[in-house]
Amino acid sequence: MTAATTPAVDTPPRFNPQVSRRQLTGTIFLGACMAAIGLLLIALIALLVDVLTKGVPWLDVGFLTGVPSRRAAAAGILPALVGSLEIGLMTGLISFPIGVAAAIYLEEYARDTFVTRALRTNIANLAGVPSIIYGIFGLAIFVRVLGLGRSPLAAALTLALLIMPIVIIATIEALRAVPDSQREGAYALGATRWQTVRGSVLPAAAPGIVTGVILAMARAIGEAAPIIVIGAAAFVTFLPTPLQEGFSILPIQVFQWAARPQADFQGIAAAAILVLLILMVILNGLAIVVRNRLARNIQW
Amino acid sequence: MSERVIEALLLVAASVGVLTTIGIVVVLLLEAVEFFTVINPIDFLTGTVWSASILPFRFGVIPLVVSTLEVAFIALIVAVPLGLLAAVYLAEYASSRVRNVVKPILETIAGIPTIVLGFFALNFLTPVILRPLFSSVGTFNILSAGIVVGLLITPLIGSLSEDALRAVPRGLREGAFAMGATRFEVVRRVVVPAALSGVMASIILAMSRAVGETMAVAVANGFNPQLTVNPLEQGGTMATFIAQITSGDTPQDSIQFKSLFAVALVLFSMTLVLNLISNRIVARYRNKYA
Repeated sequence: MTAATTPAVDTPPRFNPQVSRRQLTGTIFLGACMAAIGLLLIALIALLVDVLTKGVPWLDVGFLTGVPSRRAAAAGILPALVGSLEIGLMTGLISFPIGVAAAIYLEEYARDTFVTRALRTNIANLAGVPSIIYGIFGLAIFVRVLGLGRSPLAAALTLALLIMPIVIIATIEALRAVPDSQREGAYALGATRWQTVRGSVLPAAAPGIVTGVILAMARAIGEAAPIIVIGAAAFVTFLPTPLQEGFSILPIQVFQWAARPQADFQGIAAAAILVLLILMVILNGLAIVVRNRLARNIQW
Repeated sequence: MSERVIEALLLVAASVGVLTTIGIVVVLLLEAVEFFTVINPIDFLTGTVWSASILPFRFGVIPLVVSTLEVAFIALIVAVPLGLLAAVYLAEYASSRVRNVVKPILETIAGIPTIVLGFFALNFLTPVILRPLFSSVGTFNILSAGIVVGLLITPLIGSLSEDALRAVPRGLREGAFAMGATRFEVVRRVVVPAALSGVMASIILAMSRAVGETMAVAVANGFNPQLTVNPLEQGGTMATFIAQITSGDTPQDSIQFKSLFAVALVLFSMTLVLNLISNRIVARYRNKYA
């Protein structure tokens, strides 16, 4: 096995004594590394500048409180914004208990059997299924079989399945970070397995879990592909309720406006992107605050 | 509640993932079989003309597969060098202070909704960067789609490869340094070869992600299923076909609509194979130095 575990280090054909030349190659390589990072930063900045310059002129109270219109100047984002918040919240509420319970089972209960390994492999593979495939599943099962129609609830259930692997993986990591002494202490006091998990492990893992769920919700709010398949309506001027058919969300609104060639519609698409990005920043900020808040109570 | 009941409930929750997988496969197969009773699967897999919205309807999946692979390969051409160089820099060169600043910034790219990257391609990349370089580039083109998909998978390659590089034990580096190797020689001949399996796994996973990407491609490239290998032209990927047919008013019992399940089955199979290969590589080389 020694041969297999030793990395393939190929010896240079002959020793090159010119250290300064060899150093120069290294310097050039380091330059390439920094150029790569610079290029990525430039791309990110160009993206933000592009969206800001096109979107900011359109971003005002009327845009935030208005409804879509055939004229770009009169169009607003409110139904899509409410749709995104509503669906994002439902997605979180659905995936949180199921995802956390699944992770607790895999990490705290399951023995290392074939079934457990299959469950884990399955989660890794689900994380790699394209989001649009989840949309097809949602269309077949939630919209048609369960008869929920093209409703926000059907969308939330679909997105909940989509982010479930993220929630499970984040929860597993948080549970693993809790030292075993925490569990052993509880067992020593006579606690049962569930009492140990509930009273001792979960509180300690809470910051990691909640952060993971919030970040997964941010992911769900940015998704458009599965919602297109489920059938978000093209033109929604009312505020969506969970079971009513017909709703829109921010990324879909961006998609519909960006598909129009007129500069005005590109402008309001950019403004809608800004609203979406601000929502993302708020959620990420919230995740950091929650983590710091909850982590303060933990000492070991 | 008794302990038994709780454990049973937790197991039910853990089974949701398996049920989802089974559900996806069953839905795709059932609907695709219905499609294949009308369209010969051989014609579907080998046909070179796709026309699901204009008569006469033709369902040859090759143009969709070619466009999909084209986007994925352009994405990899962008993402592999950028992701690897960034990973090597962060793992081997950067001080922890620089790393703590640069890494979160690069990771925000992964958090950007993909539709935003599509908007960036359509409104900036194509008109401002590509048009001056290639006068024949269309408003919608495969190249801009591939580049932004490359941007969105770069953090994936970067962060997984960085993990792989960091997992290489210090002793290997120190051994090479002790033999008089320069920093670059240590990276090139010791660290990167030792981390190669992790790096390969990250690249394959990123390719799977690129193959399935929908919104960035839908905005940057639109959907026009012509058989072309010219990245300056408009193409049509499998994922964008699914988005296009479901966002229109195609009747759900028509053969055009049913074709989406056959396309989805091909897409799902491709990403599944790529994911399995990536998992296999990771599993085989895990704990190599433990």
